[in-house]
Amino acid sequence: MAWHKEKAAVIIEANRHLDGPALPVLRALHEAFGYLPEEATAQVAEALNLSRAEIHGVITFYHDFRPEPGGRTSLKLCRAEACQAMGSEALAAEVSQKLGTSWHGTTRDGRVTLEPVFCLGLCSVAPAALVGTELVGRADWLRLQQALAKCDH
Amino acid sequence: MRPLTGPDMSKPTRIYLPADSAALALGAEALAEAITAEALRLGKSIEIIRTGSRGMHWLEPLVEIATPMGRIGYGPVGVADVTGLFAVDWLHAGKHPLCIGKVEEHEFLRRQDRWTFARCGIVDPLSWSDFIEHGGGQGLAWARAQGAAATLAAVTASGLRGRGGAGFPAGIKWRTVHDTAADIKYVVCNADEGDSGTFADRMLMEGDPFALLEGMAICALAVRARKGFIYIRSEYPRAITVLEDALSVAREHGLLSDCEIELRIGAGAYVCGEETALLESLEGKRGQVRAKPPLPAHRGLFGKPTVVNNVLTLATVPAILTRGAETYAALGSGKSRGTIPIQLAGNIRHGGLFEVPFGISLQELIDEVGGGTATGRPVRAVQVGGPLGAYFPRALFDTAFDYEAFSAREGLLGHGGIVVFDDRVDMSRQARFAMEFCAAESCGKCTPCRVGSVRGMEVIDKIVSDRDVNENLVLLEDLCNTLRLGSLCALGGFVPFPVLSALRYFPQDFRRS
Repeated sequence: MAWHKEKAAVIIEANRHLDGPALPVLRALHEAFGYLPEEATAQVAEALNLSRAEIHGVITFYHDFRPEPGGRTSLKLCRAEACQAMGSEALAAEVSQKLGTSWHGTTRDGRVTLEPVFCLGLCSVAPAALVGTELVGRADWLRLQQALAKCDH
Repeated sequence: MRPLTGPDMSKPTRIYLPADSAALALGAEALAEAITAEALRLGKSIEIIRTGSRGMHWLEPLVEIATPMGRIGYGPVGVADVTGLFAVDWLHAGKHPLCIGKVEEHEFLRRQDRWTFARCGIVDPLSWSDFIEHGGGQGLAWARAQGAAATLAAVTASGLRGRGGAGFPAGIKWRTVHDTAADIKYVVCNADEGDSGTFADRMLMEGDPFALLEGMAICALAVRARKGFIYIRSEYPRAITVLEDALSVAREHGLLSDCEIELRIGAGAYVCGEETALLESLEGKRGQVRAKPPLPAHRGLFGKPTVVNNVLTLATVPAILTRGAETYAALGSGKSRGTIPIQLAGNIRHGGLFEVPFGISLQELIDEVGGGTATGRPVRAVQVGGPLGAYFPRALFDTAFDYEAFSAREGLLGHGGIVVFDDRVDMSRQARFAMEFCAAESCGKCTPCRVGSVRGMEVIDKIVSDRDVNENLVLLEDLCNTLRLGSLCALGGFVPFPVLSALRYFPQDFRRS
């Protein structure tokens, strides 16, 4: 969804009563819009009575926040040690080649954004991935494709 | 619970199927649908109950059928197996190659002594009646009856230490917060389990969330806090959903009548697992580490006295109060008392969760319990304690699983995760990855960690590309010392563990010529 000032204001309002509201507010905005553009910084800063520098600092600190929209589905591949022990690096190379994009990149048709993740807590069934909202254990290209296909519907 | 109606609707057979992330990642959802459809087609009356996982992840999805003889297990079950399983009448414990017999008598479970994970995999995680039937709520009842002083004394006497990795005695931390005068105090649960090779917090939150909430309620009572936060990582979507639901059920049943608990979700920063960075993040700031002192127990969240404990630490307290602090303290080895939920991960045949008293050897865990590698190749190295833990070769597999035994060998027990690698691992890559990870996740506050990790990558690159190897090896050791002694927190302070252990035990991987 494109950034929408009024909708953002409603989301900010719903979360601003919390103790230490900045992170929950930013998370909620990111969830609704799929990214946090420049405008978000100023709007959140003003609403929470914080400086733009502070909000910019928070947004850029956390890996989850994207400055621009990603593809329709995010494919998160675990890059941590337990998955490495089960061949995740070779899998990542294969996935990246098949999709024709590298880390943080989106396929040309806008279908998939490939993102690294450091541990999904599936270290006993590695390599692991999160495709959209679906967890995939003992992942290989075939199973990832099946999960991606489900997200298309 | 989904009761089905069919011709044989007199007594539905109970089928237990995990909705734990590991089971879901291996197709448990599609399996549930397939079982339901086949039962309907055959006119069999069944009731599927979604549980947490027993921790035998190589058998997931593990289906358990309730029979008069007990719960009979079948696993790993795929959608394609369902027709055949009904054909051998698995609802009456029919014989099948996937049958593992009575689940409770499985060797992997019989070898364990479960305190923290006693209910996990057995109960419906959101069923209050299951919780009560299996001993839930008794710890809090004990604490309410005996009062704060007795509760503090019991937690101290149990010898329980912080399961997040630092191993600080929980009783002392709680007492410090109790003794610090303040108008507001907080209990914060650190559920930012980011270490690769660990998933015990996730399993507990997905499989027995009330244990955690009860532990937090007990802690709040003991230190006189009235507000709690659970800070959970965003990479655990299933655990987040279960906890949200568990919080409303717990509220309904008065578990949180004296202490309100709020769930907060992280945003993908490993360093927020460090307690002071976590507090900063909860306050809505960048997750930057604070200098200590002041300790969070004196000045923590919003400057107020705060207990910050790991999921497992808090979730073990109810069992300790119920079954007895002395009984718990009698288990273990040396100064590591009680049980430790160990996570077997990476390239291992029998991966999963294994809770036993401290003191078991690495060799027993990896070869006997874990059954060696999944690939069938020889084990070359294991990393214990997450990305900041040391790599151990087989020569060190006699190390006992306890905090001090690992420290004595310049290793780290951490959160109890073991990642196994076979003989194809390149240890110079693992060492470089440790530095790379540190560089990516450094909060940037202290120079040794922020800059040192980047320099570390560069030096390792030079070594493996055969440039001034001897000089660069000396430089790498020196750099690691700077990181170890000069960093504010464990991220920079401990990254020398994996790097130097890789270098010490696997030098041939660094010297190419």
